[in-house]
Amino acid sequence: MRDFDYSAPTSVAEAVRLLNQSPGAGRPLAGGTDLIDQLRLGRHQPELVVDIKRIPELNVLELSSRGLRLGAAVPCSRIYSDAGIAQEYAALVDSARIIGGVQIQNRASVGGNLCNSGPAADSTPSLIALGARAVIAGPQGTREVPVEEFCTGPGKNVLHRGEVLVELRFPPRPANSGSHYRRFIPRNEMDIAVVSVGALVELDASGERIKSARIALGAVGPTPLFAREASSGLAGRSPTVETLTEAAQAAQAIATPIDDMRGTKEFRRHVTGVLVRRVLEECVQRARHPA
Amino acid sequence: MATANNDLRHTNGHAKYKVIGTRPVRHDGVDKVTGRARYGADIHPSGMLYGVVLRSPHAHARIRSIDTSKAASTPGVRAIVTNKDLLDPGNRMVELGEGAVNLRHLNHNVLAADKVYYRGHAVACVAADSIHIAEQAAALICVDYEVLPCVTDVQAAMDPKAPLLHADLFTEELGKIGTKPSNIAKHFRFEKGDVAAGFSKAKFVVEREFKTSTVHQGYIEPHNATALWNPDGHITVWCSTQGSFTVRQQVAELVGVPISHVKVVPMEIGGGFGGKIRVYLEPIAAVLSRKTGAPVKVVMSRADVFEATGPTPGSYMKVKLGVDAAGLITAGEAQIAFEAGGFPGSPVGAAAMCVFACYEVPNGKIDGYDVVVNRPQMSAYRAPGATQAAFAMETVIDEVCEQLQIDPLEFRLKNAAKEGTRRVDGPVFPRIGMYEATLAARDSAHYKTPLTGKHRGRGVASGFWFNIGLKSCCTATVNADGSVSLVEGSTDIGGSRTSIAMQLAETLGIRAEDVVPAVVDTDSVGYTDVTGGSRVTFATGWAAYEAARDIQRQLINRAAQIWERKTEELTYQDGGVSGPNGLRMTFQELAAEVQKHGEPVVGRGAVDPEGCGGAFATHVVDVEVDAETGKVEILRYTATQDVGTAIHPSYVEGQIQGGAVQGIGWALNEEYFYDAQGVMRNSTFLDYRMPTALDLPMIDPVIVEVPNPGHPYGVRGVGEVPIVPPPAAIANAIYRAVGVRMQELPMSPPRVLKQILAAIHTSSPRH
Repeated sequence: MRDFDYSAPTSVAEAVRLLNQSPGAGRPLAGGTDLIDQLRLGRHQPELVVDIKRIPELNVLELSSRGLRLGAAVPCSRIYSDAGIAQEYAALVDSARIIGGVQIQNRASVGGNLCNSGPAADSTPSLIALGARAVIAGPQGTREVPVEEFCTGPGKNVLHRGEVLVELRFPPRPANSGSHYRRFIPRNEMDIAVVSVGALVELDASGERIKSARIALGAVGPTPLFAREASSGLAGRSPTVETLTEAAQAAQAIATPIDDMRGTKEFRRHVTGVLVRRVLEECVQRARHPA
Repeated sequence: MATANNDLRHTNGHAKYKVIGTRPVRHDGVDKVTGRARYGADIHPSGMLYGVVLRSPHAHARIRSIDTSKAASTPGVRAIVTNKDLLDPGNRMVELGEGAVNLRHLNHNVLAADKVYYRGHAVACVAADSIHIAEQAAALICVDYEVLPCVTDVQAAMDPKAPLLHADLFTEELGKIGTKPSNIAKHFRFEKGDVAAGFSKAKFVVEREFKTSTVHQGYIEPHNATALWNPDGHITVWCSTQGSFTVRQQVAELVGVPISHVKVVPMEIGGGFGGKIRVYLEPIAAVLSRKTGAPVKVVMSRADVFEATGPTPGSYMKVKLGVDAAGLITAGEAQIAFEAGGFPGSPVGAAAMCVFACYEVPNGKIDGYDVVVNRPQMSAYRAPGATQAAFAMETVIDEVCEQLQIDPLEFRLKNAAKEGTRRVDGPVFPRIGMYEATLAARDSAHYKTPLTGKHRGRGVASGFWFNIGLKSCCTATVNADGSVSLVEGSTDIGGSRTSIAMQLAETLGIRAEDVVPAVVDTDSVGYTDVTGGSRVTFATGWAAYEAARDIQRQLINRAAQIWERKTEELTYQDGGVSGPNGLRMTFQELAAEVQKHGEPVVGRGAVDPEGCGGAFATHVVDVEVDAETGKVEILRYTATQDVGTAIHPSYVEGQIQGGAVQGIGWALNEEYFYDAQGVMRNSTFLDYRMPTALDLPMIDPVIVEVPNPGHPYGVRGVGEVPIVPPPAAIANAIYRAVGVRMQELPMSPPRVLKQILAAIHTSSPRH
């Protein structure tokens, strides 16, 4: 591991300045559960590591009628310990609960998971399904990006030099809606998604018809994917097995999986269909019978 | 007497014994749970340097040259070693205790000479003031490689057109050395009876092909070695090993000093399972210490452990079995090809001996092939070779049972090997417990409980392992307070300090807690072979028994002096010496007396026992398969095993559970995943998927005790055989659950799903 400088600023402006002015590469550090490993393995060799956990804005966790504000450094355990969030943003909590073990969950942040930009990141499909937007601060000011546009490739994203993810903003949960995240892993825990699906389904007041839906896929492309057509195709339909299976097939069509040690293309494509259907079924259940 | 005693299945005590069969707290327990136990990486002699190994990025390449000049001139770098710094020990075989090794191959494996044979093969090592300097300097070593085509698959490597690993490797074909170089190091055959005649008597014949993947032992603690080469020529090595004396021998041979100049201090060991017998880092650390005059420590990363230590081979196997209308085996035929890794020497011999060993096979023929491939040099792993062979054989048996419409455990009872059965490879079994272990499975609550539910199935399989004896020594010193200090050379992996101490305690009639066991270095105890082959509780336990008998004799002599009696009049019984007219001194009284007058009492035991007795296990497993994803969930698992005598039932159960769990890992997800360039793509515990506690139900062990007549307390080795049945048992359960026969390990979700989809496709061709 190479030596690097370390600083722990207490304001967003200071973090931006440090990262922007570092002569070599700089990396923000939140929980460090990805970064520390990457430093040890030499995958990243930054000159500067900026610990962002002391910045108040990055530790905000605020649920209100305007939605949810999730600071980029908030660890998973704070998210799933909040009963209100569990009720309103079930898919996010599903994700937070299955990222690593308890020790990891006390460190690892959803913001870090997004910025690490792994195709199999467990929280990103939920962020996409829940319509979250990334609030980014940088030398040129602040901008917002829908999460489905945040990742640009494996380990790559829209952040420019000096930019920091500040928070994720979620719209309020629509009435009569349910959300869910599920991944397929060969083991039962401590594993990385081979295929993952996050979804939100909004029903009409009768509970018999889908008003809108958002389906997102993980681990079946270079980035997490928003299955736009599969989602919009559900609007106005009755949530029957046939409807959900059709959506699953539409979602499968956008998957571009690879063969690797975690699974084959055929397997991933097949399981994408299975998982989309299962996740949509659970969303409908949750929409009809809120916890 | 000779049948399984159902009352003893959950032994809490043993009618015959006072200590054996109880569950005392292990002597090393407090140190282990408080973190005070010292492992190899905890060693920090003053002035210590850090070594970092440079490893080959290629699976197969010729080394044209190695330029270490840039690395050597880095500030803080103290020394660099390459193969040139090791002594060429010549083309000789030495026995390591659980398999022999060619010393020149060992030398070339420790540091590559003219070629690298696998990705991760060690090429050089840098010693520096800090680990970071050593890492940076290692990256500055320029190795000029001529990259060669690689072959990682055993069948592909057998093709005459395959890339050749060793130009000087000529196949030993049924005892004769061939004339053309080949990747097949050896082809051997075992035969018994008349195979053709046997198959002609069969009503059903099933022949199937199988493949298994390379799998790693997955011990928690990575390999490590710290060495100090004193100016007087004496070397001290601290390391994590299953056999301190075999490390002493290997280091002495590779660095060129007499064995008496090497002292090996075995530290606590975080698992071995057969993988910590061969040396990797110890000779490197020793030579770096010679060059620098300072102690040097080298520790592997997890990726190094996967890529460059000794996993167990992937295999290709074909098994053919014939049975008559009565359900008796008439003939068996097997071909078994094992990956040896970069150098010859896979455990295919053991696989060939085990494949039919559970059964009375009147006519048999077994062909074995040892094949070099561009993977790390394979090592022992818990019943080496037996698990692969059982996966093939026990799956074929399941198909045979289906055709015969016979319960698979009834079939096994009918055909079970027993005392007098001659194995296809020759040896005749003494009293063994295949029948009893299988009976216990059939009579288990698990097997008697019907399994219901969709996509659920129950499978069974049996397994055999030889176990070994080999040399062990103990000395035992009687202390004035009535305790005994027990010194032994067997590194303690599975609680053997306690199981050895218990045999000493039983023999002396004292409490297990009154024995203070210590595992010591090679200068401090007599020669002791490796902790392997399920031998320690059997052989070192026997040495402790002998040491206790020696103490008994000395205490009888002392009592005879005190009482002025002849020794023939006295006996040692019930924890003391008794004589005529009610003469009696307890062990504790005698111990106190010994301290006051006369020479100390020190017992010695040195053994090399035969008669280790084979071990047999039968497992029952229930699974549920997600038919849409191919994922297999283990619902219930029962493992029965003939253990001879369970000295410490908790550790016996622990061995059975641990073995079963490792076997489940082989069955479900564990594999070395290579890309076309021969690079392992999953050398982390994230992607090399061993089962976690969340993937398993409680493994229910059933202890069956058929005492081994070849041991004073009836002990059989227990550690290895429980890994043997699981893959086959699970394959058979999957078949019952979803109707597909899995013939390749691991039975991972993509593989199982593929079979399920193929079956759906073939069963409904009109759609």
